[in-house]
Amino acid sequence: MTALSDVSSHAMASARWRISEVAFWVLALACAFLFPSRYLIMTDIVRLGLFALSLDLILGYAGIVSLGHAAFFGVGAYSAGLLALHGIINEPVIALVAAGFVAAVLGFLTSFLVIRGVDLTRLMVTLGIALLLEALAERFSDITGGTDGLQGIEMQPILGLFTFDMFGKTGFFYSLIVLFILFLLARRVVHSPFGLSLRAIRNNPLRAAAIGVPVNRRLIAVYTLAAFYAGIAGALFTQTTALASLDVFSFERSADLMLVLVIGGTGYLYGGLIGAVVFKMLQELFQSITPQYWLFWIGLVLVVIVMVGRARIHRWVLFVPNLVIRQFAGRKAAVAVPEGDAS
Amino acid sequence: MTIALETRGLEKSFGGLRVTRDLSLKVMQGARHALIGPNGAGKTTVINQLTGVLTPNSGRILLEGHDITGLSVHKRVLRGLSRTFQINQLYPDLTPLETVGLAVSERMGRGGDWWRRMGTRDDVNAEIAEILSRFHLLDVMTELTSTLPYGKQRLLEIAVAIAAKPRVLLLDEPAAGVPESERHDILAAVAALPRDVTVLLIEHDMDLVFSFADRISVLVNGGLLTEGAPDEVARDPRVRAVYLGEAADA
Repeated sequence: MTALSDVSSHAMASARWRISEVAFWVLALACAFLFPSRYLIMTDIVRLGLFALSLDLILGYAGIVSLGHAAFFGVGAYSAGLLALHGIINEPVIALVAAGFVAAVLGFLTSFLVIRGVDLTRLMVTLGIALLLEALAERFSDITGGTDGLQGIEMQPILGLFTFDMFGKTGFFYSLIVLFILFLLARRVVHSPFGLSLRAIRNNPLRAAAIGVPVNRRLIAVYTLAAFYAGIAGALFTQTTALASLDVFSFERSADLMLVLVIGGTGYLYGGLIGAVVFKMLQELFQSITPQYWLFWIGLVLVVIVMVGRARIHRWVLFVPNLVIRQFAGRKAAVAVPEGDAS
Repeated sequence: MTIALETRGLEKSFGGLRVTRDLSLKVMQGARHALIGPNGAGKTTVINQLTGVLTPNSGRILLEGHDITGLSVHKRVLRGLSRTFQINQLYPDLTPLETVGLAVSERMGRGGDWWRRMGTRDDVNAEIAEILSRFHLLDVMTELTSTLPYGKQRLLEIAVAIAAKPRVLLLDEPAAGVPESERHDILAAVAALPRDVTVLLIEHDMDLVFSFADRISVLVNGGLLTEGAPDEVARDPRVRAVYLGEAADA
C-alpha cells in the first residue's frame, strides 16, 4: 500500500537530520580547536545554551512561560556543589545526573502549581518559587554557605580519567559533550508523539484535550524534564567553576534566559543555542565598549528584535547562506525558523 | 435498543441566567439524532457539558450507561465520545498528517511515547493512512492546515474526530461556512459515517438536518420543546413558530 509508506516517510521527515544541523555541531566542535585561549567564555556559552534549551522545551514546545527557571539551575548548582564538597558522590558525571534528578523532583513538585492558570499566573508563580529558594538558600547558610556561597569545592577527575585543568579545556569538552547528549535526547523527544502532543497543547489546550490528549499530565512531564535539564546546566556551572553562590537563583539569570530565547527564537531547539552564542558575544562586545552600560545596548537589541520581528532578521542574516544552499544543493533553504514562529 | 448517550435533568446557569433547563435527552445506539434550536437556545452550552468543558450545576450525563458527569475532557474522548468544532479550531501550523497522527496516537495509548519518533509504528501509520484516504486528505497531508481550502479543513475536522474511534460523535455544525462548491464533500462525508457510530448533530441548516437525521430534538431557551421523527417535528406548529419562523426572518 503506497499510502502507508507515504504516511510513514512523511511522518518521519521532520525528524531527519538536516545539513545545517550537522554543520552547526561540526562548527561547535571546531571552535574548541580554533579558539584554544577562550575556553572559559565558550564553556559559559555552552552552559547558557543548555539552560536555554531547557526553557525552550517548556516555552517553545509547551507554551509555559517562566520567569523563575533559575530555581532549577540553582538547585542543580548547589546539589552538585554539596555532593562534591562533602564527598558524597565524587565522580562528576554521576554527581551531574544526581543533581539533575534533584532539580527534576523539584520541577515535578512545583509543576502542579505552574500548570494551572494562565501566562501571567505562571510568570508570577515561577518567579515566586525562584525567589523563595533564593531566600531559603540564604537562610540556611550553614548548609549553603549563605552569601559567601559554597567554599572550597574540589572537583575529582571526570570518570576518574580527565582532570579539570586551569585553562578550562576539560571543562569545555565535558560541557559540550553533555550539551550534545542532552540535545540528542531533546531532539528525540520533540519529534516523538509526545512532542507533537506538546505542540498541540501550546497551540490550543482545549482542542488537544478534545482529541484525547491528557493535557495536564503532558505538561507535568515536560516541566519535570525541563527542570532536569536546567539542573544539569546548574551542576555544570558548579563543576566547571568550582563555585556555587546565591546568584545562581537570581532573577537576572531567569530574565537573561528569556532574552537568549527572544534572540534565538523558540520552538526549534537551536534557538537557545544560537541565542546563547549571540547573547554572550553581544555581552562581550558591549562590555568592552561601555563596561558600565552594556545592559543599555542589550536592551536596545531586544527592542529592535521585538519590533522588527525575529523571522525577518533571520531571513536577512541567512540570506547569503540560503542562497548558497539553493545554488549548490538545489533544495529548499535548510536554515530557517518556522514561519509560524514569527509572532 | 440501547441508549448511547443520555442526559438526566441537566441544569446549567451562568449567574442568574439559566441556559440549560432540566434537559433530559436520550440518543439511541446507532441513531442519527439532530439537536436543533434557534440562536441562543443553548446548544453550544449543551455540547460543552457533554464533552466536559463545562460542568453542569446539577443533573447527570451517561455514556452507554456509565456516568461520565465528572470525567475530564480527554477521558471522555478515550471512553468513546468525540466531537467536531463549529468554528475552526484546527491546528493551523500542523499538517493533516500530524493532526490525524496525534489523534490516532492518543487513542492507541501511544501519545506519551517520548523515545520513539513519529511514523515508526506500522499500526499507527496504517490507521492514519486509512483515515486520510477515507476523507480525501492524502494528497494534502503534508501541507499546513492553514493553507488548505475551507472545505478540506472541515473534512479534516471530521477526520480528527473519527480518528479517536468514537462510538458517539457530536457534530457541531459541520457544514457551517463551507462554500456551495465544497458542500457536497462534507455532506457525503457525514452521510458515509459508519453506521455503528451514534451521531448527535447540532445544526442550523434545515436541509442537512432533514436529509440526515432520523430523530430530532428541538431546544428552546435551554429546555426541550419537543422531540420526534423529522416529519412529526416539521409538522409541529410550536416548532414552526419558534424555529422556522426565525429562520424565515434570517
